[in-house]
Amino acid sequence: MSGIFSSRAWNKIWTYRATFLLGLSNTLKTAGVALVIALLLGIIFGLMATSGKKLLVMISRIYVEIIQNTPVLLQMCFLYYALAFSGHSLGIIVTGFLALGIYTGAYMAEVIRAGIESVPKGQFEAAQSQGFGYLGRMYYIILPQSIKVILPPMVNTIVNMIKNTSCLYIVGGADLLSLTYSFVTGENTGGSYAPAYIVCGTIFFLLCFPLSTLATMWETSLKQRDRKTDTAKEA
Amino acid sequence: MIKLENVNKYFGDLHVLKNVNLEVAEGEKLVIIGPSGSGKSTTVRCMNFLEEPTSGHVYIDGRELTSRNKVKLVRETTSMVFQSFNLYPHMTVLKNLTLAPTKLHHKSKKEAEELAYHYLDVVGLTDKAHVYPTTLSGGQQQRIAIARALCAQSKIILFDEPTSALDPETIQEVLDVMIKLAEENITMVVVTHEMGFARQVADRVVFMADGEILETGTPEHFFTEPEHERVKQFLGKIIR
Repeated sequence: MSGIFSSRAWNKIWTYRATFLLGLSNTLKTAGVALVIALLLGIIFGLMATSGKKLLVMISRIYVEIIQNTPVLLQMCFLYYALAFSGHSLGIIVTGFLALGIYTGAYMAEVIRAGIESVPKGQFEAAQSQGFGYLGRMYYIILPQSIKVILPPMVNTIVNMIKNTSCLYIVGGADLLSLTYSFVTGENTGGSYAPAYIVCGTIFFLLCFPLSTLATMWETSLKQRDRKTDTAKEA
Repeated sequence: MIKLENVNKYFGDLHVLKNVNLEVAEGEKLVIIGPSGSGKSTTVRCMNFLEEPTSGHVYIDGRELTSRNKVKLVRETTSMVFQSFNLYPHMTVLKNLTLAPTKLHHKSKKEAEELAYHYLDVVGLTDKAHVYPTTLSGGQQQRIAIARALCAQSKIILFDEPTSALDPETIQEVLDVMIKLAEENITMVVVTHEMGFARQVADRVVFMADGEILETGTPEHFFTEPEHERVKQFLGKIIR
């Protein structure tokens, strides 16, 4: 029944394909909203980290270190159960958005910080000496130069976030992995373990593989461009 | 035009500027010389608040420069040319020159481009308008950087060791541009090790050592009869 080659098991998956599509759609929605939150947090804390203002740098540091050095599962449990039992339940959907957004935001902040720091100090000074304020400096001069450094690791972070939607399983989410689990353990639908997880994994792979490939390609072309500029300089 | 009043600057415990007082008149060409680590660059960087003094006052054009008004006041009055050129590598030469005029000085794209071509002509690089800075030689990049500074049409241009990062061969092409510039009524403050340039262009030379101004005078005074022992030592070493 549960065998990987059992046609009955595969048929059952096809019959209940809507479950997987629903999981996929929930995962995408969660990832989408969480991405917006993560980008906002990442930009805010990334800019704070590079502001040179001690207090802002410290606040950003604390956020990043706490989030990066505790398990995302714990953060989700905290947001969901700790708040639920103190009477401020957020509901599973909002928990998903927030937990993943805050978690990924810390990684985004680091990616953005590294990108900004990759731009030579002279660029900031040239812009400042021309009379650009902070926003003008960032918008016209710094971000266009750091974006190529930021994009590849940012896409990798997004890939991780898509996979991390599956952690919502711990608080009873409706994401792809949670629904797959309900499916294989369900009274009417249960049993097709191998096929179900293969399908679930395939969907994740089809989502993530193109993105990571894109990131790798970006990175390679970036390196090639740098090499070209270097030779141009020597010439 | 520029006035530094009792300016002190610390980097941590390091006292890099010790009570510096200095006035630069409108249209004056002031050259600051001295050994490395003497505070020359810090002095000139205090004039546009790339470094904010730890204590003391900086006045530009009669107005005190503060961390509050620095963006606006610097935009209106000063430009800077750096040792490492600091052209924007993601923009063509033309875009480098028109960015500040269009975004900060309310010029139309057409006006800004006319201005850019005018100053590209001054530095002799009109044919490079559409290339990216990284494809140019150091000397060419620095000439573009000078053109970029000119495009702001500021009354003051600060030069922070503009030829120190250049090949010996290309130093002269940059100096030639600066000599040409010195004929205009622009206030120039130049930190440099080029004594020939100082002699030819400076109205006044300032010698700094260990964060202090040791001696100020005309180029003739400096290169013929410096008073201070430290200045004699320095000149003896640097002039071959």
